Amino acid sequence: MSLTTKDKNTVKTFWGKMSGQAEEIGCDALSRMLVVYPQTKTYFSHWKDLSPGSAPVRKHGKTVMTGIGEAVGKIDNLVGGLITLSELHAFQLRVDPANFKILSHNILVVLAGMFPNDFTPEVHVAMDKFLSALALALSDKYR
Amino acid sequence: MVEWTDQERTLIANIFANLDYEDIGSKALARCLIVYPWTQRYFGGFGNLYNADAIMNNPMISAHGVKILHGLDRAVKNMDDIKNAYATLSELHSEKLHVDPDNFRLLSDCLSIVIASKMGYDFTPDLQAAWQKFLTVVVFALGRQYH
Repeated sequence: MSLTTKDKNTVKTFWGKMSGQAEEIGCDALSRMLVVYPQTKTYFSHWKDLSPGSAPVRKHGKTVMTGIGEAVGKIDNLVGGLITLSELHAFQLRVDPANFKILSHNILVVLAGMFPNDFTPEVHVAMDKFLSALALALSDKYR
Repeated sequence: MVEWTDQERTLIANIFANLDYEDIGSKALARCLIVYPWTQRYFGGFGNLYNADAIMNNPMISAHGVKILHGLDRAVKNMDDIKNAYATLSELHSEKLHVDPDNFRLLSDCLSIVIASKMGYDFTPDLQAAWQKFLTVVVFALGRQYH
């Protein structure tokens, strides 16, 4: 399910609209993930506060969205462009790749809520494909 | 048996009390067919599914989306025995409709997204958790009679 030229353009255009609120999106998506999929909390046992919108959640949401922004810029070669991030996730963070899907879903839920008119089915499918491709690139170095 | 907290029961009841079946049902199914195009395999007799616009304006798809959404009513009415409430529907989807049960998950994801789109910030993390738990239980029950 590779990204077509149309998908890439759709993603870039939509990113242009949403990037101004990237921090908010990241914070909300991460907050939801921790509430709706409590098993994901296991990766953050070192945080003082895992409640929605807390300081560590907000900070990390921003980190994640910065990574996604980087990926948008490297959309023509995600695997090649995200080697460092993949190595980080593979060797240091060791996040089970199943969780990328979970976070992706929550990002889509937040986008639907924040951009009800812009998050059309076409934008939805392009973003879903992009986040899947991104997850695949992030898992590239795992084994 | 699934345990529901009082808060979860209230949250779910509230969603259904305010649910616009015509709007949400039609949008959710259309979105599913667009975002996960392989799901179109079950709708060969439903007319023009050629592109997103065609799907979103297809009256047969709209009507069917509403029908599917009403299929959740029996879960709301039988929260403490969803598994058995869906036994016949599960058999129907397996034996007659031959639907891959993974599709139920895809549709329920689209449903959550359409509801989020409608409710905005009112679709809180707690509400999302209760709603998705509810859908997971229904999806499981629908897949239960497959063999």
